Amino acid sequence: MSSSEGDPHQAAEHPRSHWESAEFAVLMKKRHRSEQLFRAMGLGSIAVGLAFLAILMTSIIGNGYSAFWQTHIALEVDFAQSRLDPDASGDPEVIGKANFGGLVKRSMRAAFPDVKSRRDKRALYKLVSSGAAFQLRAMAMDEPRLIGQKLTVWVPADDDIDMLMKGYVDRKLPESDRRINNKTLAWVDKLSERGAIEKHFNITFFTAGDSREPELSGIHGALMGSLYMLMVTLVLSFPIGVGAAIYLEEFAPRNRFSDFIEVNVNNLAAVPSIVFGLLGLAVFLNFFQLPRSAPLVGGLVLTLMTLPTIIIASRAALKSVPPSIREAALGIGASKMQMVMQHALPLAMPGMLTGTIIGMARALGESAPLLMIGMVAFVVDVPDGPLDPATALPVQVYLWADSPERAFVERTSAAIIVLLVLLVGTNALAVFLRRKFERRW
Amino acid sequence: MTSLAALNDERIDGRRARAMTENRTEAVRALDDDFKTVGEPFVQDGDVRMSTRAVNVYYSGKQAINDVSLDIGANAVIAMIGPSGCGKSTFLRCLNRMNDTIETCRVDGRIELDGRDIYAASQDVVPLRARVGMVFQKPNPFPKSIYDNVAYGPRIHGLAENRYQLDEIVELSLQKAGLWEEVKDRLTQPGTGLSGGQQQRLCIARAIAVSPDVILMDEPCSALDPIATARIEELIDELRQQYTIAIVTHSMQQAARVSQRTAYFHLGKLVEVGDTKLIFTNPRHKLTEDYITGRFG
Repeated sequence: MSSSEGDPHQAAEHPRSHWESAEFAVLMKKRHRSEQLFRAMGLGSIAVGLAFLAILMTSIIGNGYSAFWQTHIALEVDFAQSRLDPDASGDPEVIGKANFGGLVKRSMRAAFPDVKSRRDKRALYKLVSSGAAFQLRAMAMDEPRLIGQKLTVWVPADDDIDMLMKGYVDRKLPESDRRINNKTLAWVDKLSERGAIEKHFNITFFTAGDSREPELSGIHGALMGSLYMLMVTLVLSFPIGVGAAIYLEEFAPRNRFSDFIEVNVNNLAAVPSIVFGLLGLAVFLNFFQLPRSAPLVGGLVLTLMTLPTIIIASRAALKSVPPSIREAALGIGASKMQMVMQHALPLAMPGMLTGTIIGMARALGESAPLLMIGMVAFVVDVPDGPLDPATALPVQVYLWADSPERAFVERTSAAIIVLLVLLVGTNALAVFLRRKFERRW
Repeated sequence: MTSLAALNDERIDGRRARAMTENRTEAVRALDDDFKTVGEPFVQDGDVRMSTRAVNVYYSGKQAINDVSLDIGANAVIAMIGPSGCGKSTFLRCLNRMNDTIETCRVDGRIELDGRDIYAASQDVVPLRARVGMVFQKPNPFPKSIYDNVAYGPRIHGLAENRYQLDEIVELSLQKAGLWEEVKDRLTQPGTGLSGGQQQRLCIARAIAVSPDVILMDEPCSALDPIATARIEELIDELRQQYTIAIVTHSMQQAARVSQRTAYFHLGKLVEVGDTKLIFTNPRHKLTEDYITGRFG
């Protein structure tokens, strides 16, 4: 009786040859094939996803990058004392009332002295943006000693000229099909020859609020609106959400009522965001009489919207704290509050932060509820606080996408780029915080 | 080795096991009636630190501990042994009211610490758990530094008036737990970075840092290797001078090595209690005998 007789168990049920038989080989082949198939499908879907992402990115960046440059025209401006400040008062208020529009027009006429007819002159004035006069006025008011001097000033070109310079206007089209007629084309070409028309970095885009003139419009207003709103949302939703999660997870008795609350919290996370907007309209605007279009109200509405997300994420984070740590704390006489605050909460914090930042990112990209509380308005001024009327980045994208001017197309994409950069930034922050606070146990 | 011979042995063993099972069912049946614990559940001489009388524990109505009365003598080690699910851990967790954390758990009967009912309405669990410390099956240091692990209890209970006193308590506790020499140069490093045995001794140091009267140990060595186990067993023997220790263990050798009294639990009942030497050399109940001779587990 040697071991060469083999294992009696195996011998009884599977003949040794089973592992070498053809059926078994077929079975193995089948198993490998299904695994390979699944892998291939996984890779395929990732590839499709990446392709779409690439298309999205190329299209947005391709459309939007040019908005970060703006065509400017060099004007020889004569800040003549006699016209701007005849009494030599040097008082900005007096200077502010002077006719700077006329100053721009004179400069343009001086640049093209051969333009004579009224109609042509009017077309000539349209080469520069209507913001040029405001720019000169601001310059003169800031520094009254400019008066009496002759200066070369770069002023923004009109959006049509900007589009022409960026190559969005096809010169080969018949004149009647173009927004820019042949005369204007000739003037622009002359300016190019003189080196008096150039593309500069578009600072206005980052410092101005919305405007009807694309070349004068910027995202600063919307960005500040979004930031004030997010500040309100974060300040309210993080403590309330985490507090609610701690109470529900650690302290609330398990009964029908708490089950009911849990079901409700989970359902609220799935409620369409525009419904929260209606709620905000009814409660915050109509009942509490808070100001319309204010980031404060937007923040309150977005708080309602992000709370379920934060509560669910925070409860999951608390649940994942190992019970051994809780027992260790309780076992040496920590009270329940100490156990939660000093042990469970620090360990759950990375998960809670992740949930909060994901909620914030969602809030940042949300536009539907803001439509209901008046944040979809055309707001030119940059808000100074959460009570000033403002709009938000996604709403600004929507507003610009709706505008007919060609120059708003690139600005829409540029605003999307800014929004995406912010979103990627917040998500990167979430990852960073999670890595930083994550502890092993 | 010849496989057929082995098979044969197994068959004989199986027959013997069946016969034993029959015996055991008889013994278990005997437990069902008005069963009284065999041996000496009450300490006659010396101090009684904790006493339990007619303790019943229910988990959502299902009885886990049935009418257990047992004294735990001061400055001695009592070992609780028994097969899995016999209720020894549940009983241990009644002694510092850790069962309170389980919502469906209900305890009745009387459990006293130094003559005071620990389940009385006036008893706060926080000082109770400081006085009756606990060491768990799996080493569970906080994800903090070694120093903070030990200092946590004294800090929350206000046992140190200043930094120097706290340092002293930490050092003394680590010394008592036999860990000081190994960690004195790295007190600021995380406690979770220690080896399993060191972590368990850190947990013991953490428990004794609040100067408890009783230390409960729930299978403290089951996650450790034999060398770390030996170290902990030595430590338990040293700690006996100052503390009362109740230890739950799966290892009968361990119970024999570290304890002065042993309690054998079976299906929620306390079957037999007595002097450890007597229990292991001359068990009086059939179930105890079967268990300690390794016939079932």
